[in-house]
Amino acid sequence: MSTAAIGGRVIDFRLGPWASFLVRRTGRLLVSLAALITAAFAMIHFVPGDPVRGALGLNATPEAVAARKEQLGLDESLISQYRHFLSGLFHGDLGESITARVPVSQMIGDRLPATMEIAIYAFVLVMLVAVPLGMAMAVWTRNGRRRRGELAFASSTGAIVAIPEFLLAVGLASVFGVSLGWFPVALREGPDSYVLPVLALAVTPIAALSRIVRVEALRVFETDYMRTARAKRLPGRLVYLRHALPNLLTSSLTLGGLLLSGLLAGTVLIENVFAWPGLGMTIVQAILQKDYPLVQGIVLVYGATALTINFMVDLAVAAADPQSTIRGS
Amino acid sequence: MKAVSTADPSAAEAASGPAGSTTSGSLELRNITVRYGRGRNASTAVDDVSLDVPAGSVVGLVGGSGSGKSTLGRAAVGLVSIDSGQVLVDGVDQGRKPGRRPIQLVFQDPFASLNPRLTIGGSVAEALPRADRATRATEVARYLDLVGIDPGVSTRLPHALSGGQRQRVALARALAARPAVLVADEVTSALDVSVQGAVLNLIRDLQRELGFAMLFISHNLAVVRYLADRIAVMDRGVLVECGPAAQVLENPEHDYTRALLSGVPTIGEPLPERAAVEPATEAETEATAR
Amino acid sequence: MSQTPRLRLALRTPLGIAAAAASTIIVLTAIFGPMLLGDTADRIDTDAIGRHSGTEHLFGTDALGRDIAARVVVATRLTLELTLFATLIAVVGGLVLGVLPAVLGRRAGRLITATVNLLVAFPGLLFVLFLAVIFGVGTFSAAFAIGLGAAPSTARLVQNLTASIAGTDYVAAARILGVNRFRIIVRHILPNIAEPVALFVSTTAAGILVAFSGLSFLGLGVQPPDYDWGRLLNEQLDRVMVDPMSAVGPGAAIVLTGITFGLIGEVVAKANAGRTAPQPEIATAETSAMTPAEESASGLLHIDHLQVRFPGHTAVHDVCLTVDEGEAVGIVGESGSGKSLTALAAAGLVPHPGRVSSRTMRFGDRDLNKQAPKGTSMAMVFQDPMASLNPALTVGRQLAEVAEVHHNAGRAAAVSRAVSRLGAVGIINPELRVRKRPHEFSGGMRQRVMIAMGLMGEPRLIIADEPTTALDVTVQAQVLALLRDVRTESGAALLLISHDIAVVSQVCDRVVVMYAGRIVEELPVGDLADGVAHPYSAALIGAVPSMTTDRDTPLATIPGRPPEPGEQSVGCPFAPRCARATDRCRTEEPVLEQIRPGRRVACWDPITTATHELEEAR
Repeated sequence: MSTAAIGGRVIDFRLGPWASFLVRRTGRLLVSLAALITAAFAMIHFVPGDPVRGALGLNATPEAVAARKEQLGLDESLISQYRHFLSGLFHGDLGESITARVPVSQMIGDRLPATMEIAIYAFVLVMLVAVPLGMAMAVWTRNGRRRRGELAFASSTGAIVAIPEFLLAVGLASVFGVSLGWFPVALREGPDSYVLPVLALAVTPIAALSRIVRVEALRVFETDYMRTARAKRLPGRLVYLRHALPNLLTSSLTLGGLLLSGLLAGTVLIENVFAWPGLGMTIVQAILQKDYPLVQGIVLVYGATALTINFMVDLAVAAADPQSTIRGS
Repeated sequence: MKAVSTADPSAAEAASGPAGSTTSGSLELRNITVRYGRGRNASTAVDDVSLDVPAGSVVGLVGGSGSGKSTLGRAAVGLVSIDSGQVLVDGVDQGRKPGRRPIQLVFQDPFASLNPRLTIGGSVAEALPRADRATRATEVARYLDLVGIDPGVSTRLPHALSGGQRQRVALARALAARPAVLVADEVTSALDVSVQGAVLNLIRDLQRELGFAMLFISHNLAVVRYLADRIAVMDRGVLVECGPAAQVLENPEHDYTRALLSGVPTIGEPLPERAAVEPATEAETEATAR
Repeated sequence: MSQTPRLRLALRTPLGIAAAAASTIIVLTAIFGPMLLGDTADRIDTDAIGRHSGTEHLFGTDALGRDIAARVVVATRLTLELTLFATLIAVVGGLVLGVLPAVLGRRAGRLITATVNLLVAFPGLLFVLFLAVIFGVGTFSAAFAIGLGAAPSTARLVQNLTASIAGTDYVAAARILGVNRFRIIVRHILPNIAEPVALFVSTTAAGILVAFSGLSFLGLGVQPPDYDWGRLLNEQLDRVMVDPMSAVGPGAAIVLTGITFGLIGEVVAKANAGRTAPQPEIATAETSAMTPAEESASGLLHIDHLQVRFPGHTAVHDVCLTVDEGEAVGIVGESGSGKSLTALAAAGLVPHPGRVSSRTMRFGDRDLNKQAPKGTSMAMVFQDPMASLNPALTVGRQLAEVAEVHHNAGRAAAVSRAVSRLGAVGIINPELRVRKRPHEFSGGMRQRVMIAMGLMGEPRLIIADEPTTALDVTVQAQVLALLRDVRTESGAALLLISHDIAVVSQVCDRVVVMYAGRIVEELPVGDLADGVAHPYSAALIGAVPSMTTDRDTPLATIPGRPPEPGEQSVGCPFAPRCARATDRCRTEEPVLEQIRPGRRVACWDPITTATHELEEAR
């Protein structure tokens, strides 16, 4: 807030719009991360009953339970537990899995790459297919042309969207895996094994995003600046690629970001269908076995990844469309 | 600087006469400043503006977009919170709190100012002071009649009416609150040319008949000239000139007023000489333009 | 209010019938399924374990020999109950969190909004897993978790909708009237957000069904001995790869029910949008009230009997218009008069679904009915310069591409031409400004950029559609003067469209007045002073005060309002509002006829000079 008047003109030392946007957005990321960490910490304390007894089973002796609690630090005061939890986090120590008795960080380190791989491959596939497909459909069916093509596109994508991902995964597995035998249906062994999980993850978002891109493109086609482009008698290629596409990217990016964090969630189901050795398989097992430190660690990783993706998407959108984003919020 | 409890408007109205009568009052705006945003994006929309609307008179407020004229009007009725200054009606400070005041506002766009899900009668009735239900229907009918709308439409929804008719309903709603002061914010600029005249005539007649004070805001100097006794000119948040209509129009003191006057298109009047170079004022405002 | 009949109408469409039928079937199955098939579904048959599908068991049997088909039917009730329960939680939570910021003070409201934004950032399933841990694995807690998981996004939608309604003028009006917050929410906000929220809820319900099935499928939802569709899938997971039929039953049930929820949403949406149902095309009788095409051969732009039709109405009726080389013609009219469409038709830019037809449409030596105007010979300037420039591209790019495309200019040459054109329209520092995007220019500057864009080539005609309406008065004069100067320098003709006859009179040589899609009068600007001949033109001039209007006399008024698009009229379209109308006006449409050289009027009883003098004498 420091300004100085020199020669009657006010000189502004404050942050530029970009920098202040960055500061605000980073602040939001940090607050969200803090909330996530606190929630993950609180999770264990929200659990009804005794988490350690729950994990060790009813037959465990009171001594065993107490020893385990001491080992996990659960006998200390809440505040000191929280302090320990935070300092552990900073050192990459997420505690030890109750059932596997292996450091949680080690388990996550083993499983994370498998999850990230299929999520990223699926995301790239979605963006490569859905944006051009939606755009092409929009050009093809603009101004009420080719009503039948539009209907076919709308109903087929609509049907795909209505099918839950895990059912789609089961269907893909039984058709391409079991009946046709083209691709393996379980485990992560060789490049072939990626095909079905990535497809299963990508098909629904492709249908959803290409529908939205088409509608957005049609909206852009009706804007005044597209009319200006046509008034300049530009060739269609320039009208659509130079004038329409950049204006589509903002909304596609925003939605794409949502999709990416959605894909991350989708991995939980898909991994369980394909016995994919990633975090999704692990978290479900951990919940069923009441292995709370492991659940805690995985929730932290998933949550932090989702928040980081949102953060990066916001930056990308701001870079693509500075005036509305930066001045807006 | 806290408001000394304003006279309760509904209490004041209880004593008022038949429909359409208003307690004429004066509006004083004292050193009003309104800022938008915080930090770097902060901008001063209205900068220390003082303006009087004497009882029974019409003050026209003109200015370009971004001059702060509408913000000042909204600040007067409490829709925009003021950063400093006072709004006085008949010498009584209206405070900073929102809520019913003896000032009413008629909005620019009659398609946006009526709730599409509320009947016309319902909209007008909302403005009536809390009287008993029996007289409510007849009061609504009287106010609609006053602005030349068939009271039979009071059970219809706004989409059944044209723009000009809706603006009349909006006027009826404002008058039904029996304001001492009326603020008219660009009331004709969203209307078709052929219905503007009728709405202006109506406002002029009602003002003369009922005698309320009026702050008439418009970008159109010719419209302001037609209605106003005094004319105030705003430019970029500052009140640059204010005086009797004839004086402002014939002997404008400020450059901006002169620019406004020369810009008004008049049939048969030639355009200013060569104007092909970017005017300095516009280049400067560019940075602040949205 | 008018919601119920529209809903009824929407239900009569094929989509509505399908939605109603499907939801009836699902509800009936949920009610009667467990009663009729409950025993079959629970009967353990050790002789028929893991049977494949066949005539006896449609989808086969499970590991305990229970009939899967019967179990799918019976599971309908629990699945539906849980879905609706979770949806209820999502909706109630979303509404409360969404409306609260509007009720509470600014600070508390911000806190809630921030919290909701924080929650929305997390993927829903993760949120659900987190809650599932806290509430423990179980049927009820899963429903609770899924409902809560969907609440933030519902809340965000409600918040956005509420904020947009809270910003409207009618809520502002209610606030000025002192209506309290609670009443504002109940009377003004909730009724106006109900429809989009209902639509969102139906999609959310479908999502919740899928999410719940997914959770049960993972074994984290419904716990045995209870079962829903997801649980049934989970039980078949081991054999589904080899016996896909065993998964078809519960899978199909989930998909079909999800589609039904979607259908219900579509029907609700259709009912809302149904206000403007497409009207049947009215066969317009070809009025062959032909005016002799006198000056057919001459002129730069020649339009003969132009019609622009939209489904349900004709927006432009038989307009004949000629613009000579270098001439400035102004078209004046109110919104809906067809003035802009006439200009857009000449440029071949009438928006979908408008259809243009004309006897002749010629520009220079090109027949516009067959070809587009040549390259840069026709320049356009539109009303809203911000919307008309592409926000994603620099101003220089948008100008330079004209030269690149039409004159095969290289990039550098094109940019330098752009710089020189921007300088020509009076933009200071054009070599710096070419690199800016449109939002860095002010309104008047953007309009100058649009004009410069037209000057990139050698225009023979500039069509300017309300070029100054969005600008301030002081800027308006500058832009008009620029248009005038550009015309003098380039020798191009100008077709200026405006609602303001004064604006047109300052720039143009000739004025064309349009009403209800027709030309009602055409006269040289110089004749305006002597008085116009058509009663509508006269009223148009008199209804708006000018700087010389007598303050003590009322303004001229035209009763009624302009005809709505699609409104059929017999006789003169202005007759219902015209004080001079006779019986003939009401039955027979007047023809645009020449009353003096250069003056045409479509009126059976035009105002003559004598009438003007008579009125002045009064």
